Parts: sequence; C-alpha cells; structure tokens
Amino acid sequence: MITALRKEFLLQWRTRAQAVAVFVFGATALLLFSFAIGPNAAALRQHAAGFLWLGLLLSSTLTLSETFHAEMENRALEGLLLLPVSPRALYYGKAVANALQLILLGIALVPVMVVLYDAGTTRIPMLLVVIALGAAGISAPGTLYSAMTSQARAKQTLLPLLLFPLIVPVLLASVKATSLIILGDPMGQAQAWISLLLAFNGIYWSLCGLLFDRVVED
Amino acid sequence: MAMGPESLAIDASHLSRRYGRRWALADVSFQLQRGAVMMVAGRNGSGKTTLLRILSTAIRPDLGRGVVLGHDLINGREEVRRATALLAHYSYLYESLTALQNLDIVARFCGAPPSSAATALARVGLADRADDPVSTFSAGMRKRLSFARVLLQRPAIAFLDEPFGQLDPEGFALVEHVVAELKGGGATVVIATHQVDRVTGFADVRLMLEQGRVVSA
Repeated sequence: MITALRKEFLLQWRTRAQAVAVFVFGATALLLFSFAIGPNAAALRQHAAGFLWLGLLLSSTLTLSETFHAEMENRALEGLLLLPVSPRALYYGKAVANALQLILLGIALVPVMVVLYDAGTTRIPMLLVVIALGAAGISAPGTLYSAMTSQARAKQTLLPLLLFPLIVPVLLASVKATSLIILGDPMGQAQAWISLLLAFNGIYWSLCGLLFDRVVED
Repeated sequence: MAMGPESLAIDASHLSRRYGRRWALADVSFQLQRGAVMMVAGRNGSGKTTLLRILSTAIRPDLGRGVVLGHDLINGREEVRRATALLAHYSYLYESLTALQNLDIVARFCGAPPSSAATALARVGLADRADDPVSTFSAGMRKRLSFARVLLQRPAIAFLDEPFGQLDPEGFALVEHVVAELKGGGATVVIATHQVDRVTGFADVRLMLEQGRVVSA
C-alpha cells in the first residue's frame, strides 16, 4: 500500500494547481453561503459549521471526480491491476491520498470560515479530529464511486448523485460535532457525534475496500 | 504430439468472448510449450487482441477455460499476473509522470531493485529522456517505454500485442533483441501481429485467427 500511496502523492504533486483551484472554489462557496444569511453575526455563527461542511463536500466532488482521470488516460489502472499488486492496496492508497487532500482542504477552509462567519474556536485539536474523520468518511465511498463512474460520460453529475445520499450520516455527524465545537458543548455531546463518525468510517473503509476489485475488474 | 501439463505454458480450451452480440473470440483451443515463441496472426478484428487480453487476465472469457503455467485464468488470476506481462495497445503510462517515475512505480510493485527502472530505460534507448514527462513523448517512444515496462516485470510469459506498431527500424531491431533475450532466458513469448513476415523468422508456433476462430495452427 505504501507504493500505491507514493504513486498517488506523485500524481497529486504533478496536478497541484488543481488543489489550489478546488480551495478557491470552496472559499467562494463559503462566501456565497454567507450572503444567504445576511449581516446577522449570530445567525452567521450559528450556521458556520453547516456551511463549512457543505463547502468541503461540494469541493470534494471536484477532487474525487478527477481522481481516476490519470488512471483512465492510457488505461494505467488496467496496467497496475496486471502487476502483482492487490486491487485493495490500490484502493487504500488512493482513498488515503484523497482523504489527506480533503483534510488539508478542510483545514485551509477553517480560517475562511472564521473570517466570514466570525466562528472561531479554541478547541482546535478537537476540530482537527472532526475534520479528519469527516474527510475520511467522504473519501472512502467517494473513491469507490469515483472508480465506478470514471468511465461514464456524465461522471461529474453521476458522482454526487450516488455519493451524497450515502454520506448523509457522516455529513450530519460532522456538522453537529463542528457546531458544538464552535458554539460550545456544555453537555459534552460532541463525543457522541465523533463516535458515530468513527463507526461510519469503520464501515465505509472496510466495505469499500472489499468491493473495489469487483468494481475495477472485468 | 501430446504435451504433459508441466511442460505447458498455455493450455487454452474453447476460449470465447463476446462484445454485445458479436463473438470476438469463438471456441479457440490450443496448447503452447514453455519457452516457445508463438505468433498469433490475423487481420484487424480477427480476435488477436482479445485472445491476448484473456490470456493475460485483463478480461475474462465468457466461455471456455484457460490454464497459464498451471494456473487457471479465473481462479488463479493473481498467480498468472505474477508470471506474465502484457504489451498492450494502451501504453499503461501516466502522462504527467516522467519516464523514470513510471518505471519506478512498476519496479516497486514488482519488487524489482530500485536501479532496475533506469537499467530498463537504458535498454530501450530512452536513458537521456528519463526525467521528461511521458506527455512529451512520441508514439514510438511510448512504445519503447511500454517495452521497458514489460522487461521490468521479468515475465515467464510475455504477451506482445502488435509490438512493431509505431516503431522505427531501430525499434524493430529492439523488439527482435528483446524477444530473443526473453526466449534465451527461458520465457515463453506470444506475439499478436499482422506483420507476419517480421515474426516468421523466430516464431516456433503459428496460430491464425479469422473472425475470432482458429483457421490454422
């Protein structure tokens, strides 16, 4: 899997300009969402977590839909599958690389959220844990569905249609946990949402790894 | 002459594959001894590529059974992949990566020593372009790089689909040297081509396909 991960980092480094574009897209989405609320500071702060995750989710579809582009260009994925390598290792390499990219994107969007929504927090480590788990929960099924739709003509449309319903629990838990971190958590509820995120990550990462070779093999 | 199973590189039995309603390969059976060079000839669309893709486990047969080096094409897929290499119509290369990075990925997956990527690159005459992205390569250079990929895999059976395509005369000589090298090392080589004259000299066995069926062997 290390070799697969290394390959993903190489490919991502070569297309790093796209990561900047995805960040700009996410930041623009956050800006536009803030217009919907208006200049009400309390309401902006109230909705900050939801908009952060919507921004991250919309940006993630841009990243995920392109994740198999290089693999399909010269049928490179078929070439890899014909090597003595487990399809599962290829999947986990790609999914981990995507998760890391989404985590970085999430972290980069936090200062934008703080500035636009006045939604700062001192519980930074907790916020990082939620972003990591939420991004991982999007990446695992997102990578699988990206493989499924990579040869479809309307992949940019098909991917969100398939992915969004599946990740509702992850999105809900991420928004709730982030909201509690920003607005305060006197009852200590954030822990329960983080546990839910952990559980869904466990399910997605194990199930998608098992299904990947069925998706990519003839 | 009947061949024992341990001496067989390939034992294909009634292999068939269809795309939609059309049978690209129909009821193809043959046996090939280890260490032999086989030429699969036929016109465009005769089923050569489909046959090589089935034997290298890139696709599954719809009917029939194939055994490669004692391993079933379906149940022993991983073992077959460990022992074979396919030079396909597609280059299997990443456009944005350099030639060396592409080969380094293959070398790492195959467990080959790190220096082997540069050695293979030099073997196909691309050492001076090691750090150039594949997107800047001509079709012939991509073909050479794909050849380097096959060499890195050190296969017991090499499937070469139209190996002469897009190559210059120097490239033709390279293919002949590589085939001789593989054969010298005890490997079995299966070459699908419509350039029959070029392969006839070193092919031990011929298989002629027409509309997916074997017309002569």
